[in-house]
Amino acid sequence: MKRVVVTGLGIMSPCGNDPASFFANLIAGRSGIGRHSRTFPEDTTRWLTGEVPPFATDGFTPMRLGTLDRTTLIALLTARQAIADARLAVPDKSRAAVYWGTGLGGAGTMEQSYRQTLGNPATARVKPTTVVMTMNNAAASEISLDTGFTGPAYTYSIACASAAIGIGEALRAIRNGYCDCAIAGGADSLLTLGSLKAWQALQTLAREDAAHPETSCRPFAADRSGFVLGEGAGAVVLEEAGAARARGATIYAELVGFGSTSDASHITKPSVDGQARAMRMALDDAALAPQDIGYINAHGTATSTGDLVETQAIKAAFGATAMHIPVSSTKALHGHLMGATGAVEFIAAVKALQENIVPPTAHLHKPDPACDLDYVPNQARRTGSLRAVMSNSFAFGGNNAVLIATRFN
Amino acid sequence: MSTFDTIREMIVEQFQLDPALVTPEATLESLKIDSLATVEFMFLLEDKYKFEATSEQVELRTVQDLVNEIDRLLAAQRAAQAAQKDTA
Repeated sequence: MKRVVVTGLGIMSPCGNDPASFFANLIAGRSGIGRHSRTFPEDTTRWLTGEVPPFATDGFTPMRLGTLDRTTLIALLTARQAIADARLAVPDKSRAAVYWGTGLGGAGTMEQSYRQTLGNPATARVKPTTVVMTMNNAAASEISLDTGFTGPAYTYSIACASAAIGIGEALRAIRNGYCDCAIAGGADSLLTLGSLKAWQALQTLAREDAAHPETSCRPFAADRSGFVLGEGAGAVVLEEAGAARARGATIYAELVGFGSTSDASHITKPSVDGQARAMRMALDDAALAPQDIGYINAHGTATSTGDLVETQAIKAAFGATAMHIPVSSTKALHGHLMGATGAVEFIAAVKALQENIVPPTAHLHKPDPACDLDYVPNQARRTGSLRAVMSNSFAFGGNNAVLIATRFN
Repeated sequence: MSTFDTIREMIVEQFQLDPALVTPEATLESLKIDSLATVEFMFLLEDKYKFEATSEQVELRTVQDLVNEIDRLLAAQRAAQAAQKDTA
């Protein structure tokens, strides 16, 4: 079986629009959460969100910008970042693939078309490109068009695990010889009124801290009350290790393990068993022991049930070792990036591995006795040489994805 | 401003093209405006000229074809407005 390495990283997120500033902000505990930059036509609420900071769109004509949903635009820019970072040279583009995740694709475009249509369906005019802007595979297809990669361009829509499963499936494809390299990751921009209202109705959004809104998301804390909806994109370049080494690529990490399970128990309530099996499956896939893992980037959405179940699942998967592994949820700072979150957090874990520093769980001042792992509260932590890191992504629907990366030797 | 001048200005802006290339005879293909972009551009023209949406399919090959189509739609709109005034 072929080995697979990570040779390029790209990020657009509320905590920064490149991997270095993103990780520096996580380490410094700087929150990317704040009041949304605009209100919606039907609503004067200044929602609490995690927005991607303003970015340049040089090289895109107004016509092109007008026909890309924001999710696709940030996906495309992030994929370009990762490919440029990898200085990727692809001798045979038919052997290069796209493995992309998204929760709701062009949700913003869809909502805009509803806004234009529903008030007066008889005379409503809708942009002709609405269909191709909205479809869930728009981002994967635009990345394929942009790169000229003519291998498969797949879209995984598995809620909050979309990007992690995209990366895991790309790992399997390269291992098994279906392609030589892939751009993998995910994107979502669901900061629309309909989407915010829906998450609010489900009672998953964090109660706002009026004095310090940027601290409202508090994973694993006794005063946790949910997440802040964010937008973003994360992309990695994955290559067959031999080819990457032969071309002299900078190798950030080896992607060694992927675990993927379903709970088959409840559409929203997570299961200790399903999550623990995914972690154990990833460890087995990586041929690693629990004590090899030096850091876990938790799913940690700061919901009361979610954080408790993940804590119990880590204990079930790691046994006594669980108490000695630094675990943090970086969602406290960047929010929940939905279909992008698995890639963005996997990159946080890879950066931790590279720099031997673990990002903190911010805003964790009131410990919850039921959540008793080492969550690296509030301060980043320097570690000895990390050998392996894990990134957890658990989706509504009961779909669990776990990735493990190690240093490449 | 003539219809051609308006359309040329919009093509130059939307597709970031050299104005010298946008002549009446220029084919949309030579300007790298494909069928999908043409439909989207017509949508912008409808906005500009406040047309009702049209689902008629008309073959548009050159910039002049676009001009003719807009002039035809403008004339139809004027005729419809005049007819409405007469009946009122």
